[in-house]
Amino acid sequence: MIEVKNVDKSFEGNHVLKNVSAIFETGKTNMIIGASGSGKTVLMKSIIGLHRIDNGRIEYDGRNLPDMRMSEIRILRREVGMLFQGSALFDSLSVLENVMYPLEMFSPSTKEEMTARARFCLKRVNLEEKAFGLAPSEISGGMQKRVAIARAIALQPKYLFCDEPNSGLDPKTSLIIDQLIHEITHEFEITTIINSHDMNSVMEIGENIIFIDKGVKAWQGNKNDIFHVHNDALNDFVFASELFKQVKKANQ
Amino acid sequence: MNLFRETGRYILLMKRVFVTPDRGKMFFRQFPKELEKLGLQSLPIVAIISIFIGFIMTMQTKLNTSNPLLPVYTTGLVTRDTLLLEFSSTILCLILAGKVGSNIASEIGTMRITEQIDALEIMGVNSANYLILPKIIAFVVMMPFLVIFSMALGVGGGYFVGVLTNIMTTGDYLIGIQYAFIPFYVFYSLVKSMFFAFIISSVAAYYGYYSYGGALDVGKSSTNAVVNGSILILFFNILITKIMLN
Repeated sequence: MIEVKNVDKSFEGNHVLKNVSAIFETGKTNMIIGASGSGKTVLMKSIIGLHRIDNGRIEYDGRNLPDMRMSEIRILRREVGMLFQGSALFDSLSVLENVMYPLEMFSPSTKEEMTARARFCLKRVNLEEKAFGLAPSEISGGMQKRVAIARAIALQPKYLFCDEPNSGLDPKTSLIIDQLIHEITHEFEITTIINSHDMNSVMEIGENIIFIDKGVKAWQGNKNDIFHVHNDALNDFVFASELFKQVKKANQ
Repeated sequence: MNLFRETGRYILLMKRVFVTPDRGKMFFRQFPKELEKLGLQSLPIVAIISIFIGFIMTMQTKLNTSNPLLPVYTTGLVTRDTLLLEFSSTILCLILAGKVGSNIASEIGTMRITEQIDALEIMGVNSANYLILPKIIAFVVMMPFLVIFSMALGVGGGYFVGVLTNIMTTGDYLIGIQYAFIPFYVFYSLVKSMFFAFIISSVAAYYGYYSYGGALDVGKSSTNAVVNGSILILFFNILITKIMLN
């Protein structure tokens, strides 16, 4: 579980996060949603430790991140997997080598064990064997996302962060990636935090949703509650598209 | 003010680079690749430039020293000392600042803008150490070989053009390249070039590592790496020459 308590973050006088508190539960897909510029990316980067917060606590199962030294943060990060918006696969390595990379860096296993683990992770994300030897540039965007998920889970992380996992993907592939993240979260009991503004994703896998508006946590709930909330900012965000307006009408 | 900020940031980056690698095995896997990429792949350009500079230096020296009062070995001597003292170290490094410097800056810069460096950091890897240390060490190790290779080809090129165009005899040239030879010049040239190799690779890595934005910004980082690396080479050339040859 990750607990964020009274977090403040400013950039040169611009107060981006204002007293944000939230709990991200283990074994659930926790989503941070909000409009562009609302502060959700800053919140996620602060939780990972890429931004140093001004005030508050960020506890990874009781371990407060802002109190840690860099060497301690590095050790904590070995328990963290991350899926980047652009996949961030290493160009110079093949698909299999990308997944093996964190294992070679930190695992005490033998070469055979590491290869077996990497192959298991790639198969778990439904990647075909013939793609294992290809370079990232030789596979599609959806496949790159799967490889990135496989790499993120290679070291059996306790925490998984996904930054806009559906960015640049078609609706069908987006759904597959969403379901994959959801399955992996439950299967391996991971605390997953997804940063998204894709309402399809939210409605598909949003088990614990935190809505950020102008740097403030404006609402927290799950995908079943979201249609019945009386919060103007949330309603503007959720029902921005014609499709969701229709869904709302149908639900009423 | 900006100069102090940049210098401070460069020093802090080097502090992160020069630590024991997280995994020695990964360093020694990366190191030979960098030797090949930064060193061996530079051989063709070093060879072409050195041979042609040897040609032209011999021809120009001969043409401009046709005074009967000057000894016959002057051409060989001038060609040798110019190659040893400046061309095969300083000028060669200025050329390599363009080739190797832009290569390093654009590679690391692209990794930065495509979040590959962030991915390394999130994994708990010291990205500066993992990406930059093998490049700096590989280039510093390879540079003396490139310099010696350049000296040999430059002197050989001079001999070739001198004899082939009949502007001088083989004997005159051979006497010239052996006359008043000071072995310390070779040592001076090697020391200088290793220092320049450090400047080229570390400055390029610095600009690449702190790239931001898109492809255009990576291009700017590469340009900054080459321009500032070259300026530093020229500045430190004076300093090292003053220290070592005074």
